[in-house]
Amino acid sequence: MAARKSAPKKPAKSNTSKEELLNHYREMLLIRRFEEKAGQLYGMGLIGGFCHLYIGQEAVVVGLEAAAKEGDKRLTSYRDHGHMLACGMDPKGVMAELTGREGGYSKGKGGSMHMFSTEKHFYGGHGIVGAQVPIGTGLAFADKYLDNGGVTFTYFGDGAANQGQVYESFNMASLWQLPVIYVVENNQYAMGTSLQRSSSTPDIYTRGEAFGIPGEAVDGMDVLAVKEAGLRATEHCRSGNGPYILEMKTYRYRGHSMSDPAKYRTREEVQKIREERDAIEHVRELILQGKHASEDELKSIDKEIKGIVNDAAEFSKNSPEPALEELWTDIYADDTRLGVHA
Amino acid sequence: MATEVLMPALSPTMEEGTLAKWLVKEGDEVASGDIIAEIETDKATMEFEAVDEGIIGKILVEEGTEGVKVNTPIAVLIEEGESADDIATPAATQPGADMPEAAEAPVETKVAAKPAAPVIPAEPEVPEGTEMRSTTVREALRDAMAEEMRADDTVFLMGEEVAEYQGAYKISQGLLDEFGAKRVIDTPITEHGFTGLATGAAMGGLKPIVEFMTFNFAMQAIDHIINTAAKTRYMSGGQMSCPIVFRGANGAAARVAAQHSQDYAAWYAQIPGLHVAMPYSAADAKGLLKTAIRDENPVVFLENELLYGQSFDVPVMDDYTVPFGKARIWREGTDVTIVSFGIGMKYALEAADALAEDGISAEVIDLRTLRPLDYDTVINSVMKTNRCITVEEGWPVASIGNHLSAQIMERAFDYLDAPVINLTGKDVPMPYAANLEKLALVTTKEVIDAAKAVTYR
Repeated sequence: MAARKSAPKKPAKSNTSKEELLNHYREMLLIRRFEEKAGQLYGMGLIGGFCHLYIGQEAVVVGLEAAAKEGDKRLTSYRDHGHMLACGMDPKGVMAELTGREGGYSKGKGGSMHMFSTEKHFYGGHGIVGAQVPIGTGLAFADKYLDNGGVTFTYFGDGAANQGQVYESFNMASLWQLPVIYVVENNQYAMGTSLQRSSSTPDIYTRGEAFGIPGEAVDGMDVLAVKEAGLRATEHCRSGNGPYILEMKTYRYRGHSMSDPAKYRTREEVQKIREERDAIEHVRELILQGKHASEDELKSIDKEIKGIVNDAAEFSKNSPEPALEELWTDIYADDTRLGVHA
Repeated sequence: MATEVLMPALSPTMEEGTLAKWLVKEGDEVASGDIIAEIETDKATMEFEAVDEGIIGKILVEEGTEGVKVNTPIAVLIEEGESADDIATPAATQPGADMPEAAEAPVETKVAAKPAAPVIPAEPEVPEGTEMRSTTVREALRDAMAEEMRADDTVFLMGEEVAEYQGAYKISQGLLDEFGAKRVIDTPITEHGFTGLATGAAMGGLKPIVEFMTFNFAMQAIDHIINTAAKTRYMSGGQMSCPIVFRGANGAAARVAAQHSQDYAAWYAQIPGLHVAMPYSAADAKGLLKTAIRDENPVVFLENELLYGQSFDVPVMDDYTVPFGKARIWREGTDVTIVSFGIGMKYALEAADALAEDGISAEVIDLRTLRPLDYDTVINSVMKTNRCITVEEGWPVASIGNHLSAQIMERAFDYLDAPVINLTGKDVPMPYAANLEKLALVTTKEVIDAAKAVTYR
């Protein structure tokens, strides 16, 4: 049960089909372009409030979704756009939620941080740091209770890893052998506080040891390494062995939120990672080296993605604001018996 | 010198117990610290140690005796050379000398001292002639859970000591035996964690009942009750629901001081997305809890430790439920409306009895649920009596009474013949000292005085 660290090795190209590489490329690119567009719309005042972009971390969700099966559940914090796109939610519905419109996944009532999809088994979108961890553990509890073979991917960041409820969850998940994968997206900064300044240990994946939960560190910028680790973790969970921890060593290129000037790190630091470890560039190189596609073919994928994102943006601008009656709906299963001022 | 061994109080709320087993017999020598008996309290079976040393001269209460009042002599300790017969008489002649309600009290006092047992007006949904059975609030809550668990496999109970211990307050007694460890689950002491976990399980298709040993401990978990359970439906645009019941003892128990004595009614009643129930009687405890478990919305269900052992008539029906948002008029009256809920009803009803003797006719309303709240019943009553006082155990600032006062002002201002008075607990943390604790709580006398004040008597 000891924690182990997988060597951040380059994946064997022979294992990976052309189709799979192109899918990964396409899905990661969709997230990046979508987030760039969201940043743009935020700047235009079309998106309000908090908006946390996922740029830089795309390989984590794309790799793990490639390891998931139909019926598996996932949930995360407020940095959730990438997770939603990766599990197949419609970019139009996500973008329209960001703009607070009727066509959004929550009819405009949730916003960037609070989105859900019963159809895609996406359980949020949670605004309180770390709160999604026991909730995800509870989803796994339900799976085990119902004996449906499902696994829950419970994502949280290096910041949330210091919340007490994470360890309360670890204890119960291990005690009751719940099929939950704790995915720590260690992007190295909890808002403006680096891991070195907030964690007594450099590795978060070892924090399950006290509870007997195996964990491993994974190169979260390498989508193929992520997928392989995801398959190990899901196999572990589906075999009835209880929870598993995957610490994804990753990096976010943008600030914590749109209003973060990111003075806590240098421009050079960000630039170096972009040049040396970028997840999309990595797959792009694999595709070109393996001659799975030509530059022109990749360009046509780029164009296709751009079209999807532009359509989503157009939809999010044109979708009407929610009807005023929506203020009073979805509070209770039966909204006819509301509180005092309805 | 012979010493009486008295029935001990082994929990803050214990008034009587069962002498389950004697571990000594007459003639045995005991030293202080020896376990001499097993006593079943309202919460658990406890070992009872001898305080003094001596010889068990006589056992006064046989093992298996139920309902032995606290402080009743149960045995006599004698010294060497003494005879048990010498002391048999005094023990028998003055049982519970300091207990005014002892069975030996003269007949006329017995009648006067016993407040007229509140007759629960029959609910419209209870057919006439339905058999009524005297049931404790504790049993009523257990029956409600058991019935709903039989009806729906996705209902389960989770909390500290709910399974093998049979419930810290014995509410879940017998449930583990009937439903097994899959559905009656002991958690670690980890309120924040298991509340979040249960909330997730509700989102994942189950119907959890979370027992908080007391609601004081739910403060560790309140983020999940409010930020997760109450808001998920709205934040998801109606896609997801969180059908869950958070239940447990709320409010002051007895002598457990500041951190264990707090009424959260007004806190939770403020939250859109939650339903909040706070029963007084056993029938309402059962009917409301069944409704709560079936509810597609998250429900905060506030019980009271002091009421757990109280008995009320519960209709014997296959499926007795009480709807949310419907107050119960316990007593009709014409001079003043007294609105309360939970244990506040005890003071309200006692006051109404006393007021009746002074010729003041009080109408007593039990809100039963605080969200939804039955405003209409209150307003209609105030329009009839033109006076209102509210009674609750929580603190005065932003209380349920404050909220009702505002509603009455908005909707029945012209009907009022006196200002509405809000009776609440005092604006202090709960003290430990017995006299101060009494002072901190709302009392029957305060209710009587307030009713006289608003009726200008």
